[in-house]
Amino acid sequence: MAKIKTLADLKKMKEDLQSKVDVRERSNTPESYVQIKVGMATSGIASGAKEVMDFLIEALEKRNIEAIVTQTGDMGYCFAEPTIEVTKPGEEPIVFGYVDTQKADEIIEKYIKLGELVEGIIPVNYQVIDEDK
Amino acid sequence: MYLLVCGGTGCRASESESIVENFKQELENKGLQDEVQVVTTGCFGFCEKGPIVKVQPDNTFYVQVKPEDIPEIIEEHVIKGRKVERLLYEDPEKKEHISDSKHMDFYKKQIRIALRNCGFIDPENLDEYIARDGYLALGKCITELKPADVINEIKESGLRGRGGGGFPTGLKWEIASQNHADQKYVVCNADEGDPGAFMDRSILEGDPHAVLEAMAICGYSMGATKGLIYIRAEYPLAIKRLKIAIDQAREYGLLGENIFGTDFSFDVELRYGAGAFVCGEETSLIHSMEGLRGEPTIKPPFPAEKGYLGKPTNVNNVETYANIPVIINKGANWFNKIGTEKSKGTKVFALAGKINNVGLIEVPMGTTLREVIFEIGGGIKDGKKFKAVQTGGPSGGCLTEKDLDTPIDFDNLLAAGSMMGSGGMIVMDEDDCMVSVAKFYLDFTVEESCGKCSPCRIGNKRLYEVLDRITQGKGTMEDLQRLRNMSNVIKDTSLCGLGQTSPNPVLSTLDNFWDEYVAHIEEQKCPAGQCKDLMKYEIIEENCVGCTACARVCPVGAISGERKQTHNIDTSICIKCGACIEKCKFDAIIVK
Amino acid sequence: MEKVKLTIDNKLIEVEKGTTIYKAAKELGIDIPVLCYMNLEDLGIENKPGGCRICVVEVEGRRNLAPSCSTNVEEGMVVHTHTMRVINARRTVMEFILSDHPKDCLTCAKSGNCELQDMAVKLGIREIPGQEYAEMSEYKVDFSPSIIRDLDKCIMCRRCEMMCNEFQTVGALSAFNRGFDAAVGPAFEMDLVHSTCTYCGQCVAVCPTGALTEKDHTRDVINALSDPTKTVVVQTAPAVRAALGEEFGMEAGTLVTGQMVSALRRLGFDHIFDTDFAADLTIMEEGTELLGRLTKHLSGDKDVKLPILTSCCPAWVNFFEHNFPEMKDVPSTARSPQQMFGAIAKTYFADKINVKRDDLVVVSIMPCLAKKYEAQRDEFKVDGNPDVDFSISTRELAHLIKEANLDLNTLPKEDFDKPLGESTGAGVIFGVTGGVIEAATRTAYEVHTKKKLEKIDFEELRGLDGIREATIDFDGTPIKIGIAHGLGNARKLLEDIKSGKSEFHAIEIMACPGGCIGGGGQPLHHSNSEILKARTRAIYQEDAGKPIRKSHENPYIIKLYEEFLGKPMSEKAHHLLHTAYFDKSKKIEIS
Repeated sequence: MAKIKTLADLKKMKEDLQSKVDVRERSNTPESYVQIKVGMATSGIASGAKEVMDFLIEALEKRNIEAIVTQTGDMGYCFAEPTIEVTKPGEEPIVFGYVDTQKADEIIEKYIKLGELVEGIIPVNYQVIDEDK
Repeated sequence: MYLLVCGGTGCRASESESIVENFKQELENKGLQDEVQVVTTGCFGFCEKGPIVKVQPDNTFYVQVKPEDIPEIIEEHVIKGRKVERLLYEDPEKKEHISDSKHMDFYKKQIRIALRNCGFIDPENLDEYIARDGYLALGKCITELKPADVINEIKESGLRGRGGGGFPTGLKWEIASQNHADQKYVVCNADEGDPGAFMDRSILEGDPHAVLEAMAICGYSMGATKGLIYIRAEYPLAIKRLKIAIDQAREYGLLGENIFGTDFSFDVELRYGAGAFVCGEETSLIHSMEGLRGEPTIKPPFPAEKGYLGKPTNVNNVETYANIPVIINKGANWFNKIGTEKSKGTKVFALAGKINNVGLIEVPMGTTLREVIFEIGGGIKDGKKFKAVQTGGPSGGCLTEKDLDTPIDFDNLLAAGSMMGSGGMIVMDEDDCMVSVAKFYLDFTVEESCGKCSPCRIGNKRLYEVLDRITQGKGTMEDLQRLRNMSNVIKDTSLCGLGQTSPNPVLSTLDNFWDEYVAHIEEQKCPAGQCKDLMKYEIIEENCVGCTACARVCPVGAISGERKQTHNIDTSICIKCGACIEKCKFDAIIVK
Repeated sequence: MEKVKLTIDNKLIEVEKGTTIYKAAKELGIDIPVLCYMNLEDLGIENKPGGCRICVVEVEGRRNLAPSCSTNVEEGMVVHTHTMRVINARRTVMEFILSDHPKDCLTCAKSGNCELQDMAVKLGIREIPGQEYAEMSEYKVDFSPSIIRDLDKCIMCRRCEMMCNEFQTVGALSAFNRGFDAAVGPAFEMDLVHSTCTYCGQCVAVCPTGALTEKDHTRDVINALSDPTKTVVVQTAPAVRAALGEEFGMEAGTLVTGQMVSALRRLGFDHIFDTDFAADLTIMEEGTELLGRLTKHLSGDKDVKLPILTSCCPAWVNFFEHNFPEMKDVPSTARSPQQMFGAIAKTYFADKINVKRDDLVVVSIMPCLAKKYEAQRDEFKVDGNPDVDFSISTRELAHLIKEANLDLNTLPKEDFDKPLGESTGAGVIFGVTGGVIEAATRTAYEVHTKKKLEKIDFEELRGLDGIREATIDFDGTPIKIGIAHGLGNARKLLEDIKSGKSEFHAIEIMACPGGCIGGGGQPLHHSNSEILKARTRAIYQEDAGKPIRKSHENPYIIKLYEEFLGKPMSEKAHHLLHTAYFDKSKKIEIS
């Protein structure tokens, strides 16, 4: 990785990175990826988030679903750990709580594959600062 | 189409289950079961207006839905595509119905500034941070702004320290910038010590770069090139992610020599604490980093004059730093529009205790306790009655029903007899004995006192002992007088913030729950039924059939009675183990 | 200096910026009670952790009370020192402190001389509310040869810690445990004997309570005096006579040499001798050693170790054995006067009076607690019998005298016995910082230059500065002399020697502030440095009044060499009057 030497370097890099993300999020094409974020803060890991993440990576690969599984920090819903956020191409992200491997399996089979919602959705109830830019 | 029905405890209590049933039935009746899916969700955090039904994908938000409203929703909305106006949320000010939940005030209850990236980005991937404006603020500061401009921006923003003290951050930086020395230090206090608090840990685990970036900005503004993060060794994941973040930032040239091609250099190192509560106090923290005993010294001199290794040092906590890049990017004038007159921005709270949605929230200053507890927090568990909320960690006070509509900010909480603290918020219900609660917190401060000054070292112990005796039914009314006097003196004379606040739980419970104390003393009764020593097991004559089951299970032989005759418990022998109650099939034994 | 105006108890005062409220109030004659605070002005020793919170005062505009000992004055400040809020707070805090303090004043070594007791009286404490169920700290009592630690009585004033770490740089005492269990002691709660403690006793000298006291040997002394088969000999150190009077209500600095001798005689000691005699003997040995090394050095011998360091202070000996074992061949090998006395008493004198060694008991009266440890060192025993049997402090002697219903105020002045009671002014000044080196200089000058000293007083070697230096003209040869009192100051000089930066020929080191007059066994100064100064004056006064003021002119010393020792540094002298040092740096173990 080359060092960022100027503010312009950083801005350029940011735009490149953002457009990559945008392409991923906004495209409606079937070949685009499903994105899954797993809350991997201490509270999440303590309630089994790591297992769930491993399961998701393995299961999605086995079932030939193109997806990106990443870790992220605390989503704030500690009462419902482990929590994951699933973003299907062209759709709003949905947060699922109390996700164990069984639930993860159900999410893949019903929501990701068939578009059916499953129990355990955590409605997002906060504002993100980017929205009122 | 989806119909999302809130399955939170509050809504469930108000019939959300029969709503789901009715929906399914009605859809089947109309033959729509394959096109429309009904799903129960977690709490929307708007329990006051429950039960909630949300229709997707059009985001329509129905409030206070009753089972009998279901046919109308199906008929009008699902089939005809017309919203049911009367069930929409009405804006209390504009008196207008709002259909799209995103435009509801309710969604503005939580604004995520410090937590902006938590749960969004991969904390171990710097690219994701950069994609969300990461290090732009640092770049802007060191290439476009003078140090004094940065300080002014922070001062202008009105940001106050989130660690508990509420000292204006910009002013702190300014003082540190005005003290000249060959070396200065930027310290991040990540020694989160309040029981039940995990705001700082979550930020470090979810968004470590935000803190690094802010520390570099602070370093630039005050003329420091070294940053130190004092983090408790019990936070291994946060430590791991910080280490990764520091390495990545160095690799990208965002930490180290000549950042952004300027002559500004800054680097960050970690220092580990052993998790002593008092080390959250900045002078103790500095002594601990120096390898000395973690105990406070009298201020002045403030760390800004003489801090780490005797050099000017700025200490802020994690959450304070996490706000900095946003303030720089969006401007002080954006930030200072959020919050109350004297407390700007948002505050992260760790909601815990007898509350449904235990978790991490971030609300603008000025949000009321009621909104936090009953809306965002989803109300009290198991439909119990709210009794008190403890803010400010172990040294905060217990606030009650009458304080629920107090807008949360530094000054209001202080005026109400509690404090902001670092953001712990523990909710109590009718089953909590407030004398025991005060005792619990005192137990903590007795453990965590460093022992340097006598009021905190000995006084807190004495407070604990008196409280302990009251919970055992051995208290006297004079003890209450003593409790108050000791508490006031400990507050008045202790050396550091720990002792100056540790009696708060005692004083606030004395103020708000006087009767409960009196009941323990005069009636030898714990109204919440928590104090074991005050419990009495009794057999209700009319229910007892004389089956002898209780007498046989009693480990100390406290129960006597002939077969088929009413039994009797000798309370002087009874050890209150509860075995008899479990055994009795006739509900004949009660605890008084 | 910038001035600050403020109001204390409605009185306007102007003081220097940086002054504390406590000091400003003192200038106004307002007495704010202080407990943990301690200040030995002129010695640069100040303890103000702000821990006890007894000295709190009300400052208008502040939310909480402020500790006056550690809060600096500010322009326009309005202070109230004795409002009801303050009085209630002080009393309540004092009740807290006492609630965790044993009430065994009847048998406490500090009873009657206890700052905590005095404060309880001052604040009108009559009962401790809740005492019946108040848990109290419990620690095991630590007995060492010199010092007893009873931490149940520790009030966390941290004075001992400050003396041990900052002034002495010994580092044996520091706060351990947290919260209610916090106290001050060696790391890992080790016993003192396993620590780096030098037994200087400065912790005891400043302890406001009975937490740190000396190991009391008065019972042993009574036993010896009561035993008809024993001949009991006593030696008194120079600094004792300048301070003992304080225990009898006399003004600090009152010399009580004659009264002390008469008290000792009435107590039943068979022979009352003077450690000053042994001090003269020390000068003969140490001075000769110094001159020997110096002559070699001046004649170009590169192997000779210089500077020579004095070795009469036992705490200092312990200090370098612990901290600078690699330099253990630098200090003089001369034993301390106490031990020289013991060795001569149990040989030369025992023979003279025809008493068997085992039947002769040597008691020393010392201003020092390290002397207790020194007396029981193995190298100072012959077949298990120590040269000095019991070393008691000035304070213990005062107790014995009072116990015998004697009063120094009314006793006649009497003289020491002969032969070991005769001494010179040089022996007397061993009791103050700079005194040993001045005494040595008086003798070394005359021996080296073979000329009579014109002016006996070396003012340039006197004073209270922690480190002093002077160059004495030995008839054309400049001799550089360094003086340190306080082991922290000693450490600085030692580091210089170690790094080769030192240019001194001779260095005197005393562990205690002001020398032995400020020793750990002296009447408590209660942080009044004027007392130390008055004792110093008394010592020089005794010196000035002596007919003989140079050790080598002491006729009984001359006689001792003629009859017994031969000459300084002779084989016999070597055997009886010199010693070797040991590496104690690795002896620290956790019990």
